[in-house]
Amino acid sequence: MAEYTLTTPLTDADIEKLKSGDVVYITGTIYTGRDAAHKRLTDSLDKGEALPFDLKGALIYYVGPSPAPPGRPIGSAGPTTSYRMDTYAPRLHSLGLKGTIGKGKRSPEVKDAMAKYKAAYFGATGGAGALLSQAIKAAKVIAYEDLGPEAIRELTVEKFPLLVINDCHGGELYTTPNLEAALAG
Amino acid sequence: MRTIPAQTIIDKVAEMCIAANRELPEDVLRTFKERQAAEENPAAKETFRQLLENAELSRETGLPLCQDCGLAVFFVEMGEDAHVEGMSLRQAINEGMVKGYKEGYLRKSSCDPFTRKNTGDNGPAIIHFDLVPGDKLKIWMMAKGGGSENMSRVMMFPPAAGWKGLREFIINRVAEAGPNPCPPILVGIGIGGNFELAAINSKKALLRDIDDKHPDADIAKLEEEVLASINKLNIGPMGLGGKTTCLGVKIMVAPCHLASLPLAVNVQCHSARHKEVVL
Ligand code: SF4
Repeated sequence: MAEYTLTTPLTDADIEKLKSGDVVYITGTIYTGRDAAHKRLTDSLDKGEALPFDLKGALIYYVGPSPAPPGRPIGSAGPTTSYRMDTYAPRLHSLGLKGTIGKGKRSPEVKDAMAKYKAAYFGATGGAGALLSQAIKAAKVIAYEDLGPEAIRELTVEKFPLLVINDCHGGELYTTPNLEAALAG
Repeated sequence: MRTIPAQTIIDKVAEMCIAANRELPEDVLRTFKERQAAEENPAAKETFRQLLENAELSRETGLPLCQDCGLAVFFVEMGEDAHVEGMSLRQAINEGMVKGYKEGYLRKSSCDPFTRKNTGDNGPAIIHFDLVPGDKLKIWMMAKGGGSENMSRVMMFPPAAGWKGLREFIINRVAEAGPNPCPPILVGIGIGGNFELAAINSKKALLRDIDDKHPDADIAKLEEEVLASINKLNIGPMGLGGKTTCLGVKIMVAPCHLASLPLAVNVQCHSARHKEVVL
């Protein structure tokens, strides 16, 4: 298992070298987006409108941060469960999205899209929102302000710590539950 | 009749909401440390290290433990000889919750189920009332995040399913949930009652301390057995494998209809935030 520091925007070469289980530190710009924001992004694409940020080489972090207290760029900011964005992810990958950050399993369709368009799925530690927010140096809402915690934010991150869960070669880090052993007692 | 001013309730509830989101209960922290020592998988150890560091940072900085500060759920025991002055008890709890979520910079996560528009104040609070003898007012607050709540289920079994059927359902549910609900989890189980009571009891069961043994020795044994079985799944902290998929199983039992065997499984993530106050 290797350790990499990557700078955004990510390239095909960045993604191709990653294997599930690798530790990756991201520096640069990442975008936040979750359920309602993904719906609006997709609606915009349907209408042929421009998106609020460039998908090429981009990373989307599935997060709805808590409000920023005085003196901090952002509140707590850990990942949300990713499967809810599975409907939208393949289309975004086809348009250049290089990675998503969240927690929990992805659908076979998302994994296929990642293999096809060279993208990766990164895990951040769920529930470690206070800790993860320390790597976020600046945050600004760039779209859908009315969605509150679900608005799209542009985050400037420094060494944001991630784990590769799904790579573009079909690798997967999550274990398959040992149901047989558990049911046997 | 004892009179409790509504303002006292508002202030206490606000405090509880803020404190619950910043301070993991001692029993949870202690269990993290014990399980960290017991793990052999480096990823599991590292996850516990991060969770412990996160908890420390949250206490120091006042940032919430998790960005999902949850829907605020309250269990209330109201003494029949106590009386709230100024407004209704429901209104006072709700106002306290709104105040706490605002002043504590906690995330507001409640929205309209159809339009998905955020209500803006995390309201209304979800409150379960119980009338009890005496003149005290006891309030438990639980911050329940969406990630783990989504993995919870209610199931109405035929009586013939028996404990074997219930046990299989519980284990299968946890296996299916896998890494999604931020393991290591706690599992609250409501058995019996009816459709809604089983669900309420499954959540109420989670108010018990991790070390708390069920007063009924037979149920205590079932709790231990299911915990051991779930931990054989090898889901592990954050789904990366390991011995600790579950920190504790808590069962609450109630009599049910002759025709029914209700089961509710409430999944609670490792960020097991709750507080209580007695007035
Ligand atoms: S499941 Fe719990 S720890 Fe994980 S993101 Fe939700 S509230 Fe936070």
